Amino acid sequence: MSVMREPNIDDPDGFYQELLTAHNGLSKADSDALNARLILVLANHIGDRAVLRAALALAQSGPSET
Amino acid sequence: MVAERYKTAFTLYPYEPVVAAQGGAVTRHPVVIIGGGPVGLALALDLGRRGTPALVLDDHEGAGLGSKAICFAKRTLDIATRLGAGAPMLEKGVVWNVGKVFYGDGKLFEFDLLPEEGHRNPAFINLQQPYFEKYLVDAIRVAQAQGAPIEIRGRNRVTSVTPATDRTTLEIETPDGPYRLEADWVVACDGARSPTRDMLGLSFDGRVFEDNFLIADVRMKADFPTERWFWFEPPFENAGQSALLHKQPDDIWRIDFQLGWDIDREAELEPDRIRARVDAMLSSQTGAVPEYSLEWTSIYTFQCRRMEHFRHGRIFFAGDSAHQVSPFGARGANSGVQDAENLAWKLDLVAKGQVSDTLLDTYASERAFAADENILNSSRATDFMTPKTEISQIFRNAVLDLAAHAPFARPLVNSGRLSVPCVYDGFPLFGEDALGGPDRTRPGSACCDAPVEDGFLLDHLDGRFTLLALGGDAPEVAADEGVDLHVVHLPRVSRELRDRYLGDAPSAIYLIRPDQHVVARWPEFDHARVREALEQSLGRTLT
Ligand SMILES: Cc1cc2nc3c(=O)[nH]c(=O)nc-3n(C[C@H](O)[C@H](O)[C@H](O)COP(=O)(O)OP(=O)(O)OC[C@H]3O[C@@H](n4cnc5c(N)ncnc54)[C@H](O)[C@@H]3O)c2cc1C
Repeated sequence: MSVMREPNIDDPDGFYQELLTAHNGLSKADSDALNARLILVLANHIGDRAVLRAALALAQSGPSET
Repeated sequence: MVAERYKTAFTLYPYEPVVAAQGGAVTRHPVVIIGGGPVGLALALDLGRRGTPALVLDDHEGAGLGSKAICFAKRTLDIATRLGAGAPMLEKGVVWNVGKVFYGDGKLFEFDLLPEEGHRNPAFINLQQPYFEKYLVDAIRVAQAQGAPIEIRGRNRVTSVTPATDRTTLEIETPDGPYRLEADWVVACDGARSPTRDMLGLSFDGRVFEDNFLIADVRMKADFPTERWFWFEPPFENAGQSALLHKQPDDIWRIDFQLGWDIDREAELEPDRIRARVDAMLSSQTGAVPEYSLEWTSIYTFQCRRMEHFRHGRIFFAGDSAHQVSPFGARGANSGVQDAENLAWKLDLVAKGQVSDTLLDTYASERAFAADENILNSSRATDFMTPKTEISQIFRNAVLDLAAHAPFARPLVNSGRLSVPCVYDGFPLFGEDALGGPDRTRPGSACCDAPVEDGFLLDHLDGRFTLLALGGDAPEVAADEGVDLHVVHLPRVSRELRDRYLGDAPSAIYLIRPDQHVVARWPEFDHARVREALEQSLGRTLT
C-alpha cells in the first residue's frame, strides 16, 4: 500500500489558509500541541497501518528524494 | 551464618538442619532450584507433581514483606489452577473491572473490562505477592503428602556454583555451617539480583528508566469503590507525574507516585511527607481524608533487561533472574510463572530420560521471545508515562487531551497493558494449522478456557500431552505414543467452545502440550500426522 503523492485537495490555497489560520495567535507550545492533535486525528482517520507507514516514510525523506 | 537480607511476611519453610548433608557424603539431586520466590515454587510444584524430585534452596524462611506484585493475570491463575493452588488465590484476591483515567483535574474516561464469559478465572486479580507464594507452598505441602518428591530448605544460601559437563556442584551456607551438593540440573530462580548469574560472570543488559516510584501500601476502611484509578499529571500537591490507586485484599490499597529522577530518597520516605501526598490524593476525590495507616513504603527504580541466554549448559535461569521489566502491565511474576511452566514439563521428560536434552534449548528460545515481548510492552508503557523528549511529551499530552472527548484516542493511552501469554508463532516445536480455525487458538497459542459439560475446558488439560477432539468421533491412538498422551473427546460443543476453537468447522482435533499451548490442529483425526506433530513437539526432529 502506498500513500498518495499526487494532488488530492480541492482548493489548495483555501486549505493552506485554514491550516495557518488555525495556528493564528497561538504560542509555539500551543501550536505544537495543535499539530500533534491534528496528526493523531488524521492518522486515526486513515487507520490503515501500511498507508501510515508510507506517509511517515514520505515525510521523512529529504527534499531531493521526494 | 545466613544473614537476613529482608523481613518476611510469613514463615513458610523454617530452617531445619540438613543432617545427612553436613559432614556426610555429597548427595546428588536431579533438579535443584535456587530461590523460593513465585517462580522457584511454581517450578518445584510442577516438577514434583510430575514425579521428578525438586529441591528448593532459599536463604530466607518465607515470602518477603513489602510492596511487590499485586496483579496476577488469568494465565497465571490458569497455571495455578492446574497445579492445585488456584482456588485460594481466587477466593482471597480482589477482582475489579472498572478503571478510571484522570488527566490533571478532569476525568478522561472510564472503562469496564467487561470480561468475556465462560472462563473459570477472571482477567486478573489483585493479591499481595506473599499470599501468592503462601498458596503455592500450601499446594506443595498437599502434593508432598500425596508423595510428590519436593523439598524446600529455608535459610540455605547458595554461595558457590561450579558447573561441569555432567553436573553442577553447589556450596550452601546454613546456620549450622556449610555443606555441598551436586545436581544434574540447576534452575536459578534467585531474583533480579541473581547471585547465580554473578557467580557465573554472566551479564544482564538493558535499559534503566530514569525515574523513581514511591509505593505506599495503606490500610483503610474507607468506602472507596473497587476500581483502578490512574492519574496523568495528578492535580494534588507533590504527586509527581503520575499516580495510581488500586485495591488489594485485607483493606489495603496500593498507591504509586511517579517522582522523577532527581529526588532525595531519604527525604521522600519520611512518613510525614508520604502522608501529605496520600492525604492530598485521597481527599481529591471525596473532599475528606479517610482514616488510614501506612503499611509499607518504598521507592523503586525500574529497568527492562534480560540475559542473552536463559540456558548455560546444565544451569537455567527463570523469572526475574533471567529478565526484568518495569511493573506497568504486571509482567514480572506473571511471566516468570510461565517460564516455570514452560521448563517444568521439558525438564521432567529429560530427567526421566524420555527425550534428549536438546528439548531444553527450546525453553531458552521460547521464553527469551516472551521476555522480549514483555520488555517491549513494558517499555512502551513507561515511555508513555514518562515522555523522554519534548516532542514525545507533546504527543503524549495530545493523546490525553483528545482522549477526553474523542474515543479514538483512548486506546493510545498507555498506563500498562495487561499481561497476556505470548504466542510461539513459527517456533520449531509447533506444527501445522490444517484446520484454519480461530486465530486465538492457532498453533503456538496458550489455550483459552471455555465451558464444557462438566466444568471448564482447561480442567481437561491436566499437564499431560492432550489430544483434544471436538465434535466428531473419539480418536483411537496407540497405548504407547512414545509419551503419555491423554485423549479428551468432547462430542457436544458449547457455543463458546465453538467460537474459540472451531470457527466454521464442524469438528477439530487439537494436539496440546503439557503447558496448554496448541501444537497443531486438524479438521479430522489422522494418526500419522498426529504422531508426526507429537515427535516434533518433543524436540525429536530438532537438529
Ligand atoms: C513494586 C513492584 C510491583 C510489582 N508488581 C507486579 C505485579 O503486579 N505483577 C507481577 O506479575 N509482577 C510484579 N512485580 C514483579 C514481581 O515481584 C517479580 O517479578 C517476582 O517477584 C519475581 O519472582 P522470582 O521468583 O523470579 O524472584 P524473587 O521473588 O525475587 O525470589 C527470589 C528468591 O531467591 C532467594 N535467593 C536469592 N539469592 C539466593 C541465594 N544465594 N541462595 C538461596 N536463595 C536465594 C530470595 O531470597 C528470594 O526468595 C512487581 C515488582 C515490584 C518491585
